[in-house]
Amino acid sequence: MSNNNGTLLEVKNLRTYFETEDGTVKAVDGVSFALQRGETLGIVGESGSGKSVTNLSIIRLVPNPPGRIAGGEIVFAGQDLLQLTEEEVRQIRGRRISMIFQDPMTSLNPFMKISRQLMEMTRLHLGHNKAQAYEHAVKMLEMVGIPDARARVEDYPHEFSGGMRQRVMIAMALSCEPELLIADEPTTALDVTIQAQILELIKKLKQRTGTSVILITHDLGVVAGMTDHVVVMYAGKVFERAPTRELFALPGNPYTRGLLRSVPDPTAEQGKLYQIPGLPPDVAHLKPGCPFAPRCDRVAEICRQEFPPFVQLNAEHYSLCHFAAEVYRESQKESSTSL
Amino acid sequence: MKEEPPDFISRQEPRDLIHVPPEFAVAEGAVRVLDEDEYVAGSSLWKDARRRLLKNKLAVFGLIVVVLITFISLLGPPIIKAATGFTYDSIPRDVTLIKSIPPFRSADGSFSWAHPMGTDNSGRDLLARVLLGGRISLMVGIISTLVSLIIGVGYGAVAGYLGGRVDNWMMRLVDVLYSLPYIILVIVLLAVFRSSTAVGQLVLLFIALGSVSWLTMARIVRGQVLSLKNQEFVVAARATGVSTTRIIFRHVVPNTLGPVIVYATLTIPQVMLSEAFLSFLGFGVQPPLASWGSLAAEGIQNIAIFPWQLIFPGVTMALTLFSLNFLGDGLRDALDPQMRT
Amino acid sequence: MLRFIIRRLLITIPTIFVVITLTWGLIRLAPGNFYTAERSIPKAIRENIKEKYGLNKPWYVQYGKAMWPIVRHLDFGNSLKYQGQPVSNIIARSLPVSATIGLLAYLLALILGITFGSIAALKQNSAWDYASMAVAMLGISIPNFVVGPLLVMVFSLSLYWLPPARWGGFWSKSLILPVLTLSGLYMAYIARLTRAGMLEVLRSDYIRTARSKGLRERDVVIRHALRAGLMPVVSFTGPALAFLLTGTVVVERIFALPGLGNYFIQASLNRDEPLIIGIVAFIAITLLLMNLLVDIAYAYLDPRIRY
Repeated sequence: MSNNNGTLLEVKNLRTYFETEDGTVKAVDGVSFALQRGETLGIVGESGSGKSVTNLSIIRLVPNPPGRIAGGEIVFAGQDLLQLTEEEVRQIRGRRISMIFQDPMTSLNPFMKISRQLMEMTRLHLGHNKAQAYEHAVKMLEMVGIPDARARVEDYPHEFSGGMRQRVMIAMALSCEPELLIADEPTTALDVTIQAQILELIKKLKQRTGTSVILITHDLGVVAGMTDHVVVMYAGKVFERAPTRELFALPGNPYTRGLLRSVPDPTAEQGKLYQIPGLPPDVAHLKPGCPFAPRCDRVAEICRQEFPPFVQLNAEHYSLCHFAAEVYRESQKESSTSL
Repeated sequence: MKEEPPDFISRQEPRDLIHVPPEFAVAEGAVRVLDEDEYVAGSSLWKDARRRLLKNKLAVFGLIVVVLITFISLLGPPIIKAATGFTYDSIPRDVTLIKSIPPFRSADGSFSWAHPMGTDNSGRDLLARVLLGGRISLMVGIISTLVSLIIGVGYGAVAGYLGGRVDNWMMRLVDVLYSLPYIILVIVLLAVFRSSTAVGQLVLLFIALGSVSWLTMARIVRGQVLSLKNQEFVVAARATGVSTTRIIFRHVVPNTLGPVIVYATLTIPQVMLSEAFLSFLGFGVQPPLASWGSLAAEGIQNIAIFPWQLIFPGVTMALTLFSLNFLGDGLRDALDPQMRT
Repeated sequence: MLRFIIRRLLITIPTIFVVITLTWGLIRLAPGNFYTAERSIPKAIRENIKEKYGLNKPWYVQYGKAMWPIVRHLDFGNSLKYQGQPVSNIIARSLPVSATIGLLAYLLALILGITFGSIAALKQNSAWDYASMAVAMLGISIPNFVVGPLLVMVFSLSLYWLPPARWGGFWSKSLILPVLTLSGLYMAYIARLTRAGMLEVLRSDYIRTARSKGLRERDVVIRHALRAGLMPVVSFTGPALAFLLTGTVVVERIFALPGLGNYFIQASLNRDEPLIIGIVAFIAITLLLMNLLVDIAYAYLDPRIRY
């Protein structure tokens, strides 16, 4: 976590709050993580865990009001984005950090031809003239694998299928060769077969352009094949942070263990699918103690009383749990017996 | 064909009504998860709506003004009669008094409490006439809205529940009627059937206004019913052999209540405005009765010399409509946050 | 698209037929007629009149006689009151007055309504927002027959800036007060619709996308939001034209203008049957065509809609 040249983005103690009728909702509360250049970071959590808000905070697009970034630092390539003026952040958006959103059906402007939506990017950030921007748009569409791109560029979004639209979104996001691509559940709204194609595409383009990626998802399966590091979020907090392999092999948090157990395992004999009991908590009315305590299978008295510590398990592995060390040891034991 | 009217006719799951405003939908994590007991949406929906309505200052203001004006219109005339002897149609015996007197003045120009709003050209007390106008205007608004409510709910519920071809034709008819210049037809109706008595003309007005303002109501109710009719409780009622009429009016219609109330509240000022407009043109309420519209029409004749004849009925009416509209808007926001326009 | 237009026109023709029949029926069902209105006439003369104008024939004969010239040549006949004047001449003479006022008023309402509505949406919950919406609510609540005279009181009778009434030609000061009076209500509606439409659009996913692309807020609003945000205003234009017709009736009355509305009121009071039917039919045709135009415009503006 040093500030060396390899670090592209470092989020420190980010807090984003929403003012609602029910009081302050701490959607993101003290989140920290770092991303190295050329790496992919996965952020995993159930809906409501604050993972999307975290990333909207990074490009400062949290709707305000009701939301506001209450504190922390977002250091991108050496500068704190939270200290920049709106105009300075605007020049980073789309140019150096771009986003892909969950629902490609609603994320493209239905009233505008694809060509205009793509050309807008490069004309704004790269100073292309109309002809250059047009050629670039066609080239980008070809790159993301849209057949007959030169003709399709004149179509409207509703003339594309869901998967094709997400390809258009990716083409748009990458058209200025950003240093960071944030993909917010890019495959959730798509058919399973299409999901794999889109993920494969992101992976391929990442290799080709060297862009760093933050992949937000609720699906651990997606994270496994795509990312170098994983951050697990729950109730606006980071519950566990580790290299991907380590997290899958040796989870140090009961919540992560629950998530891993609820991933269907095709090799296991047929039986009941595991489910973490209960619902995610109401972040507006958090009780003291661990927010996961009511659903945790190894809850103890202390969990209801005191907020858990963020325990360092090894150089790159952290877990937010009173019993992090024990859980980690259990995982070690299980993995050695299963070998 | 025509686009369906916008999404305010589509019904949300009752649960959605409890959520924080829709702008939060963007921000994942801001939507709070409900406690178990809140899933029982029935009673808490109304409780929640009331809480939201009472928090809306403009709507509360509207409610208070509407209630006040209604009470004053109802109780004012007998009180004035007891205090001063004036009624809305009492023309003074003394011929020197048959002229328009300014507010708080007597006939010789000195201060007097007798006529707080002055008098009209025939020396009739304007306050008493404005209060009568209030009674009539409110009555026209409420009765015509009721007429439109009965026709609209019945028509919409039947079309929506029966669905298919019947629905198609019934709604096609509504589309056609929508495109007619109905207020023009109302004028023709009121002009050629002109009743010889003031009360007769008033009844004609109820019928005319009620029978043209049900179209939107029918559309709203139909949309609601369409989405309701496949829900479990209706299917269950059908499966247990409840008759179609009974299902429509006992099971489905009561569940469309929220939007119906909202729209009815917003219909009242519209109908009152139409009444005023017709009375202003001389087709509506006839003398010796008066409504705010007909009083304003009289006032305009003398606007240069006796401005109070226009200002008092005009302002009272505007205040009432203003309040009703705010109340309706507030109810809409309270009962159905998704339905904001 | 062409098929849609043709189908709509085909529905329009029977609709207008229904409107004319309805109007005719109303006039004939009502007791009395043009010749007996406002006069007491001896029985013998009344019978003579009935004989002469075919009023004692069976209803279907009368109906046929009334409808045939309309169906055949779109000929509405001569006015009974303004003797010898064809209905079409009266309409042609009075329409420009109403149309000028109506269209100018709607134009003004569009410009100001969209401006204030957009400002209110962009600065939601600010003083601007509350002020515009309060004024809009006033515009909806104060009847134009109160607004008009109040404007006259201020600008004509106190300040002597503008003429209080009468028609002064198509490009004269006398247009200002009628246009202002008429546009208030539409301005209010359009401002509210614009605000609601813009607020909804500004919350949508694709606006978030546009912002994430690094566009200036001004471009986000003008290029991405405005078009979708104004679609409700486009839909409103259909019914607005209907309201506008009734609105001109009042405004023409207040300002004593020789427009279509004033003739219509007079005709209704006089039971001038050909003139009533002519004007009603004309208004119905205009309305239906305007609604069709609005639908076409809608399809043109929203690429997702295809008929």
